[in-house]
Amino acid sequence: MIKIAIASGKGGTGKTFVSTNIFYALTRENISSVLADCDAEAPNVLSFFRTVRKETHEVVQHVPVIDVSKCTFCGKCHEYCNYNAIFILPPSGIISVIEDLCHGCGACSVACEYDAITEKPFPLGNVNISLYNNSHPVIEARMNTGIMSPVRVIKEALRHIRHEAEIVILDSPPGTSCPFIQTVSQADYVILVTEPTPFGLSDLRQSVETLRTMDSKFGVIINKAGMGNNDVREYLKKEGIDLLLEIPYSRETAGLYSAGRLLAEADESFGKQLLNVTEYITGKYGNSNSQR
Amino acid sequence: MEIAIVSGKGGTGKSSISAAFATAGGRVVIADCDVDAANLYLIFNPVDEEETVYVSGHNAVINYDLCTNCGLCTDYCRFDAISAGDDGIVTISGISCDGCFLCSRVCPEKAIEMIPNDKSRMYSGSFRNGRMVYGKLAPGEENSGKLVNMVREKAKETARENNIGTIILDGPPGIGCPAISTITGADKVVIVTEPTISGLSDLKRMAEVTGKFSLQALAIINKYDLNTEISGQIEEWCSQNGIRVIGKLPFDSRITEAMIQSKSITEYNPQLDISNKLKEIWQQILNQNQ
Repeated sequence: MIKIAIASGKGGTGKTFVSTNIFYALTRENISSVLADCDAEAPNVLSFFRTVRKETHEVVQHVPVIDVSKCTFCGKCHEYCNYNAIFILPPSGIISVIEDLCHGCGACSVACEYDAITEKPFPLGNVNISLYNNSHPVIEARMNTGIMSPVRVIKEALRHIRHEAEIVILDSPPGTSCPFIQTVSQADYVILVTEPTPFGLSDLRQSVETLRTMDSKFGVIINKAGMGNNDVREYLKKEGIDLLLEIPYSRETAGLYSAGRLLAEADESFGKQLLNVTEYITGKYGNSNSQR
Repeated sequence: MEIAIVSGKGGTGKSSISAAFATAGGRVVIADCDVDAANLYLIFNPVDEEETVYVSGHNAVINYDLCTNCGLCTDYCRFDAISAGDDGIVTISGISCDGCFLCSRVCPEKAIEMIPNDKSRMYSGSFRNGRMVYGKLAPGEENSGKLVNMVREKAKETARENNIGTIILDGPPGIGCPAISTITGADKVVIVTEPTISGLSDLKRMAEVTGKFSLQALAIINKYDLNTEISGQIEEWCSQNGIRVIGKLPFDSRITEAMIQSKSITEYNPQLDISNKLKEIWQQILNQNQ
């Protein structure tokens, strides 16, 4: 099995476009594949495929519940909490948990010497597992609205990847902070999708810097080629980064995508190009699993 | 007055639209709240006057001179960040560590040190039409919401000092912590969407969040002509859900040309149809009663 993450610093460069089309092209060739939508804040992968839902797992974290009758207002839980999630006013006998700020680390339970803290589950989101064409799993990480961090939901989704699959595609969240790191750290190879604009280049640089500190293997797909300028191409050349594919900008492609349709389905040669990319990656890095 | 520009989905045009608003009229404070991938500095080339260190959190690090590999910390960690290898040596994954301090507190040998992540920065200075504040979160760091709060505080301060009434908050994609920090307490929230199935789905999720925080949201449909059918669906959904669509913008590749020249579209060519529309929308936002 090889896990390929599709990522980008900038949003809207075409991560989901690339992920869904690669997955489609692989499944068409009957290559056993999994597609995991790790963009838990804005998951959209499922809208591109007709799938059958098989499982749903609720993701929770544990938040403290304080029994005021046992609490002595000693303040130790407040001191242990590094997220300011426990509000305490000892003179007036007020203590409360701000659940939105709690990270569920359990430090307050450890701190309390009076047995006043128990915990309850607090829902963060769901991991939905569906099957495409009756055989290829599509795993969706979906964070509930109003929740601060998608990281736990992403982690849980990654746990559900079946190891029999030949190729796993991870559609990553944008940015280069925790949710991105959580996803790409699981991958054997990262495809960065960028666009040839100043914003695209700036965010690409930042992603490259991050992946280099993590020692990740990666290459780049330039989407919407023909827009903007040549700076991204020159940057890749200068840095010695693999340019895996250029996808020309076309209004037709944008139109197809907007309607939830797949370019690889409408245009077989595009599917072939994507398969060439995955073959190149598996050929070069497919056996690197053991090293990681 | 703080006006937040957000979207849910990335790449719908938040920053290009924010840049146009920031140069469409009177002086403003522009705050780039997409601290994960700040881009507006590319258009505005701000003159930074102040740099502030932002400590995003901490990472637990083991001092192996003191560690006895007892494994107690492994039992307590709820982020799966600590594990013992086959050789019994305990290690902490910096990627998974949440910085909660619990392991350092329970360690009987006091062998775990909490190292601050202090590579993130906030910059404050001026740009050609006012003041600019932006954050740069170091790669892989967390708590971007707190940095957004810091950026907003600084933006308010510099607005007061310079007698500027309007603050534009260019938000991050997504609906999590940094996006929530961008919209809470803002006077107006503008959701920029695009006519794709993903755009509509993410607009709905963003609207749920603004609803939870009792914020009245306005919407802009960017690149509406890429799919007029879905544009229509978005308008319909918005009207049914009490969100006013204050403008529709056509797809225009000249926005990218402007960006390459470090200009907003309204600066690049003020006569364009899209520039006029943007100026109109901006006036509407400013005049809209809360």
